[in-house]
Amino acid sequence: MRKKTYYATQIKRAAHLLFFKSHRKPGMKGWELKKKLGASYPRILALLNSNLDKLDLQVKTIFEEGVPETKPTQEQLDRARFYVTLRGSITSKESKMMGWRIDDIAGLTVTIATVIAKKGRAPREEVERLLRDKLPNWRVSSNIDRYIRAGYIDEDEKGNLYLDWRTRAEVEEKTLLDLLMTK
Amino acid sequence: MSAIKKKKRLGKEHLHRVIDLCRSVHEKGLDPFLVEVDDIIEIIQTYFPEWDNPEELCLDAETVHQLASTIKLQSEWVKHRSTSLYTDPFLIEEKLRKLPLEEIEAIFLNSWHPIVELEQISAKSLADSVKYWQNLVPLHQRWQNSTQFQTEAGTTTFEELVKQQIIAKEEFSNELEQFWMELRAKKVDDEKIEYWDFIGAPTYEETVERAYMTSFLVTYGYATLEVDRLEEMVFIKPFKKPRQKVDLKQAASLPIAVSFNDWSSWKEGVKK
Repeated sequence: MRKKTYYATQIKRAAHLLFFKSHRKPGMKGWELKKKLGASYPRILALLNSNLDKLDLQVKTIFEEGVPETKPTQEQLDRARFYVTLRGSITSKESKMMGWRIDDIAGLTVTIATVIAKKGRAPREEVERLLRDKLPNWRVSSNIDRYIRAGYIDEDEKGNLYLDWRTRAEVEEKTLLDLLMTK
Repeated sequence: MSAIKKKKRLGKEHLHRVIDLCRSVHEKGLDPFLVEVDDIIEIIQTYFPEWDNPEELCLDAETVHQLASTIKLQSEWVKHRSTSLYTDPFLIEEKLRKLPLEEIEAIFLNSWHPIVELEQISAKSLADSVKYWQNLVPLHQRWQNSTQFQTEAGTTTFEELVKQQIIAKEEFSNELEQFWMELRAKKVDDEKIEYWDFIGAPTYEETVERAYMTSFLVTYGYATLEVDRLEEMVFIKPFKKPRQKVDLKQAASLPIAVSFNDWSSWKEGVKK
């Protein structure tokens, strides 16, 4: 097979693997992609990423141990999880079409921001108290449960909330805090 | 004496309070700098000479352990404050309280890049599922197979159970003994009989059944097999008394085919 045809086929395969959900969580681990696309999967993903640019999408890499300071090693890539996410941002209208109400999103922002500000772990009671300020009491607990189900946050055995995989994949924590502080 | 006891009691109360403070800082995510490490070290040092029994020493060790965990937390806190993600939690809380929901939503949407994922059925999976559906037995039939019917208790006869093959007409050992007696009665020259002459029966099914029983006669020590390799003939020789102990060193398996063709050839030979 010619090199160009090979890469074109592999990019299509990579797109199928990343777009279609094959596990409980979306996306794929590096080692899974290596198994299906071969050892050159980082190059294939880079090519897919540049193709997705036109569609305002991107291939996002979430490393297990946080963003590495230097160029990631092969081992770090194999352990990382790859997703396709929106490159830009969405409008309020679009978010409503996705099934999110304005107060659901605002509640999620309050939750995430509080957890980040509290160094990664915030007592659920404290977050609920903050949410009750602007949301009806009956919605507060159910909203937090919804964020947990969606994978944005999780709760430990001591009743503390912490950020889960979806926040790490979808939310730019620094941008969120910076925007909050400049308001 | 009572002054020492009083000092000990006071010391224990102090240490318990320190442990509780350290634990609440750890569990509730409070500012670890609320714990004055120097003061606590002084308290621990003051009471340490008073402790003499293991329980008191354990309490002292636990206090030191909790204090060490809090110092670790303080170090992490400093590290976090030096990162770009650090923002004063009280400031964040104030901002969140003041901002209207619309603005909070706008802030989030600017930093949110949702995952794009699809859940779509393919033509292949549709074809596979149709195939599965076609082969799937209707529910009422599946349930019929697995349903256990309750029946009234009744009586039956021994002959009926034998007919339904629930029990054997005779116990196996009795049957085997009778088979052995038959072999002993049939033996001709040199107290042995040709294998096929013994197992051979008018029908093939009966012949197989006799070959099966014969194998047990040999295994359980009622008879033995002799093979004439030149003539390619197998003889069966009954023992006068069943041999209980089989010499395992010399034990060997002898497969004998009892095919339909062998049976037909034997039957033709008999007829001749």
